Amino acid sequence: MSAATTVTPVAFEAVPSKRRRWLRRYGLASAGAVIILSWIMVAVLAPVLTWHAPDLVDVTQRLRPPSPSHWLGTDALGRDVFARLLYGSRISLSTGIIVVVLAAAFGTLVGGVAAYARGKIEELIMRITDLVLCFPPIILALAIAAALGIGAVNTIIAMLVVWWPKFARLARSLIIVQRSQEYVEAAVVVGLSPGRILIRHILPNSIGPLIVLVTLDVGNAIITFAGLSFLGLGVVPPTPEWGSMVSEGRELIEQWWVAAFPGLAILTIVVGFNFLGDGIRDWLDPKSRRR
Amino acid sequence: MLRYTLSRLTAAVVMAVFATLVIFLIANTVPGDPALAQLGDLAASNPEFLAAFRAKWGLDLPLWERYFIFLKGLLHGDLGISIASQRPVLDDIFSYAPATIELATAGFLLAVVIGVPLGVLAAVRRDTWIDHVARFISLAGVSAPTFWLAFIVLAIFYGGLQIAPGPGRLDTIAFPPTRITGLHLVDSALSGDWSTFIDALAHLVLPSVVLAAATLGLITRTTRASMLESMQQDYVRVARAKGLKERIIVWGHVLPNALIPVVTLGGLAYANLLTGAVMTETIFSWPGLGRYTFRSAAALDFPAIMGITLVVAITYLLINLLIDISYALLDPRVVR
Repeated sequence: MSAATTVTPVAFEAVPSKRRRWLRRYGLASAGAVIILSWIMVAVLAPVLTWHAPDLVDVTQRLRPPSPSHWLGTDALGRDVFARLLYGSRISLSTGIIVVVLAAAFGTLVGGVAAYARGKIEELIMRITDLVLCFPPIILALAIAAALGIGAVNTIIAMLVVWWPKFARLARSLIIVQRSQEYVEAAVVVGLSPGRILIRHILPNSIGPLIVLVTLDVGNAIITFAGLSFLGLGVVPPTPEWGSMVSEGRELIEQWWVAAFPGLAILTIVVGFNFLGDGIRDWLDPKSRRR
Repeated sequence: MLRYTLSRLTAAVVMAVFATLVIFLIANTVPGDPALAQLGDLAASNPEFLAAFRAKWGLDLPLWERYFIFLKGLLHGDLGISIASQRPVLDDIFSYAPATIELATAGFLLAVVIGVPLGVLAAVRRDTWIDHVARFISLAGVSAPTFWLAFIVLAIFYGGLQIAPGPGRLDTIAFPPTRITGLHLVDSALSGDWSTFIDALAHLVLPSVVLAAATLGLITRTTRASMLESMQQDYVRVARAKGLKERIIVWGHVLPNALIPVVTLGGLAYANLLTGAVMTETIFSWPGLGRYTFRSAAALDFPAIMGITLVVAITYLLINLLIDISYALLDPRVVR
C-alpha cells in the first residue's frame, strides 16, 4: 500500500554518481535508440557500405564461407549475404514501422470514437475488436495474406487487419480515464467541439502508454513480417528480405552463414526496439523504474 | 459462480458463430481464386474444366448460399471436404492435432517450469546476477524470431554436435506406436514400447525448447513484475513481523497472490503455442496443425482454412473462458 513507509535497504545506499544516475535514467532508451539509428543508417547507406550488388547471381561463387571478399559468405545462388543483409534492412524497418504506425493511428481513432460515443456505437466497436482478437494473429494474417497473394503490400494489409484492435482497446481505456477529468469538463463547459477536445486535449494527456506500445510493437511487427516472408508470403523472391533469406538457408545446415546472419539482424533490431520501449516506459512511469 | 460461467459461455458461443462469418467472408471475397490455385495453369485454361471444378465444390453458388451450406454442415459436425487432400477437414484436423498438442504442451510445461521460478527468484534477488540472467533470457526469448532460433538449434545440436535427432517426430526408419490418443509419448508408454518412447522424447526436445523460448520470456517477465508488486503489500510486512520464514512468505503467500496476471498470460500463451506453432513445425517437419494450416493457406484450400481457423478460434475462446473462470476461483471478488 503506502510504499513510502516500506523500509528497504536501498534507502541507505550512497547517492549514486552523476554518470550512474544518467545511465539509470536514460541508459536503456539510449542503447535502444543507438541500435535503431545504426540500422536506419545502414538502410540508407547500404550502397556505400558494400560494393556487391544484392541480387547479382554468380554460380561460380555459390555457398562460399565468410571471407575477406564476401564478409558473410555467399548463398546458394552465389549472391553476397552481407550485401543482401544491408539492403534487406530497408524492407524490415519500413514494413515494421508502417504497420505499427498505421495500425496505431487507425486503432486510436476507432478507440477514441468508441470511448467518446459510448452506448451502442461503443458496444459495436468493442465487439468487432473482440472478434478480431479471438483469432490467433499469425493464423489470421496468414489466411488473409495467402488470399490476397504474395507481395509486401498485401502482407502489410493482412497485418493491419489483425494489428489495429489492441491499439483501439488501449486508446479506449486511456481516453475513458481522461474523460472524467476536470479539465475535460472545463473544456466542454467552455463550448469546445468533441473532436477538438479529443485531439487537442485528451490525446496529448494519454499519449504516453500509446507511445510505449507503439515502440515495443515495432519489434513484434518486424518479427511477424519476417515470419510471413519466411513462409513465402512476404516479398516476391529476388527482393532481399531477412525472413526470406533465413528461409532460403534453412536446409543449409553445413552452410550456416546463409540463414544465421539475417536472423541475427532481426534479433538485434528487435532488441533495439524493446530497449527503447522499456526505456520510454521507465521514463513516463517512474513506478515501473523501481521494478 | 454458475451464472457467471453460463454468461461467459453464451458470449463465447456467439463469438464463435461470428468468427465463422468473418473467416467465411475473408475466404470468399478476396481476389485469390481457389479454382486457379488448385488446377494449375494447364487445366485452368480449359473453361469446361474450370466450370466443372467450380460446380463440384459449390464455388458457382451465391455467397450467402455457400455460407448457409457451411453452417448447416457445421451443425452436423461437418467442416466440409479439403480441396487439397480430398478428405473431410475434420478428419484432417484430428489426424494432425495430436502432434501439435504434444509439442505445444511440452513447450508450455518447459516455459512454466523454468519461467515461474526464474521470475520469482529474479524478483526476490533483485539487481543481483540472477535478476540480470533472468532479464537477459526473457529479452532474448522475446526478441529472437522463432524460425531463426529453430534453425540455429538444429544447426548446432543436430548438424554440428550431432547429439540431437533431426527433424520429424520419430526416426525415419521407426514405426509410429499403435494409435490410441495420437500422442506418441502416451501411446508408446501405454503399449510399453520404451524404445519408441525414448525416440519420440528425443525428437521432442529441440522443437519444444524453441517453441518455449518466447513464452518463457513472457512468463519470466510477468512473474517478476507481478511478484515485485505483491511484495510491496501490507500482508507481507505482517507476515515478516510474525516472524515467518522468508521462504514461506515468498512461495506460500506472495506467489499465489502474484499469479493472476501470470495465469492470464499463460493461458493465452498456451493458446498461441497450440495454434502458432506454424514456424517451428515447418522447420522441424513436424506433422501438426501448423504445417497443415500453412499448406492449406498456400493452396487457397478454403474449406481447410475455414475449418482450422474455426477450430482455432474456438480453442482460443475456450481457453479465455477457462482463464475467466480461474480468475473467479483465484479471486472471488471478480464475480461480483
